[in-house]
Amino acid sequence: MSDRERAQSRRREESESSEETAKRTESEADLEALDELLDEIDEVLEENAEEFVKNYVQKGGE
Amino acid sequence: MAQHKVIGTETEYGIVVRGDPSFNPAIASSLVVNSYPGARVRLQWSFEEESPGRDARGMGHDAYGMPDPESAVANSVLANGARLYVDHAHPEYSAPEAYDPLEAALYDKAGERVMHRAAVAASASSGRQVSLYKNNSDGKGNSYGAHENYLLSRDTPFTDVIRYATTFMVTRQIFTGSGKVGRENDRPDVDYQITQRADFFEEEVGLETTLKRPIINTRDEPHGDPSRYRRLHVIIGDANLSEVQIFLKVGTTALMLAALEDGALPDPLDLRDPVTACWQVSHDLSMKEPLDLDEGGTATALELQWRYHEWLSKYAEAELDDPVWKQVLDEWERVLTLLEADPMRLADTLDWVAKKRILDGYRERDGLAWTDPKLKALSLQYHDVDPAKGLYQRLAARGSFRRLFTDDQIEEATVEPPTRTRAYFRGRCVSRFPDSLVAANWDSLVFDVGEATLKRVPMMEPLRGDAERVAELIDAAEDAAQLIERLGG
Repeated sequence: MSDRERAQSRRREESESSEETAKRTESEADLEALDELLDEIDEVLEENAEEFVKNYVQKGGE
Repeated sequence: MAQHKVIGTETEYGIVVRGDPSFNPAIASSLVVNSYPGARVRLQWSFEEESPGRDARGMGHDAYGMPDPESAVANSVLANGARLYVDHAHPEYSAPEAYDPLEAALYDKAGERVMHRAAVAASASSGRQVSLYKNNSDGKGNSYGAHENYLLSRDTPFTDVIRYATTFMVTRQIFTGSGKVGRENDRPDVDYQITQRADFFEEEVGLETTLKRPIINTRDEPHGDPSRYRRLHVIIGDANLSEVQIFLKVGTTALMLAALEDGALPDPLDLRDPVTACWQVSHDLSMKEPLDLDEGGTATALELQWRYHEWLSKYAEAELDDPVWKQVLDEWERVLTLLEADPMRLADTLDWVAKKRILDGYRERDGLAWTDPKLKALSLQYHDVDPAKGLYQRLAARGSFRRLFTDDQIEEATVEPPTRTRAYFRGRCVSRFPDSLVAANWDSLVFDVGEATLKRVPMMEPLRGDAERVAELIDAAEDAAQLIERLGG
């Protein structure tokens, strides 16, 4: 193992162990935040998704 | 010592006119460009110094040498030194030359604001709603580009670039992608992939950009003194909305190229089949896909990126003083570490992850299949530059993305040029002497100062024409004639 690999594996272990306990509450908070986000997106989402996707046709560029 | 990496990005935006599926994209793009209400000069883009058909491997290609009449219809130079114009069927923003990766990211972001204002003005004047998207694919097999440019020394053999940069370009996709639902161009079927562009790459090396796209593009058009410079034109990248991601993309690439020029990359890490690897990397959300190495054995994209990280950390520590490179390396380390642990933890950093988080949320909440049009619509809407509609813009506004810049900084970058490159001279001349400017190019400006002949100011050195050299001259000149006189011409 090179120094860097050792440092990486140490870093991974540290981040895994220190976050183990916080993980559950964090993921619950994440889900709540995601629900809120989806509600917000619902408000601005293209009304007719199928037509919007169908009409989104571009010419190649570059 | 490596050539200082001046960096510039160019982005073609997707365009839609609402309620008119048969709109003419070239006309709509002209309307957008010509409607832009910000500080700029509309002028002729001079093609006399450009040669997009010249090949870095030493071959010529006459068919590319002609000016494109369509492009001359709508063209302008902005007060920030950028070029805003129509490239075939898309409005394009080419950012001004940036001194470092942070500045390159800032001016790339400024392009979104420019495009949004142009779209609003175009909608108002036409009575139609024009929408613009910072993405690279319509999901139906058509791709348009987001290119990066890096200044290289002419002394760097192009064969070295091909040899040492290819694997880097293929594997960096794990953090340069903006995410796409499904596949295109007859690639293997996938629900979701990391990049917008990978499916369109078909060659390892070549001059093309619109078909048979190559991983290494050989266009040899330095936009500067051709005896001193090359410009590497990178076409294998996605347009990104995440500020950190743009910074990471251009920062790691500039650093790799500097090390390449200094002979500090010990191994080309050749892939057996770079083109197939390009699709494999983009299609592999697990980060575990083994890629065949030319010398035998396999490695994942992540493992190969860690190798580059290790080499470039040592290189930067020994050779580079500017703290911006430490910032690049730290961010790179963080991103690789989290991609390894759980990519979804980068939903505040990478576009492809943020987009996937939204799509996964909808799939779960509404029980949608990957083929549902709603997911494709969300995937497109992620890239809308309108702050009210674009999903990235909404995420950034609600604090769900890590940022490098404030909105005010980005706004200012739409009107103020970078101060450490020739973009300063170009941008300030647009602000001070708009009526005297008649033509422009990356490496020259042409003025009409009322004399028998036009006055051309060459700018063959990308790092001259900066504020330190010319700010006083420009500020003190009463008009363009006086500026030209004091410049010695």
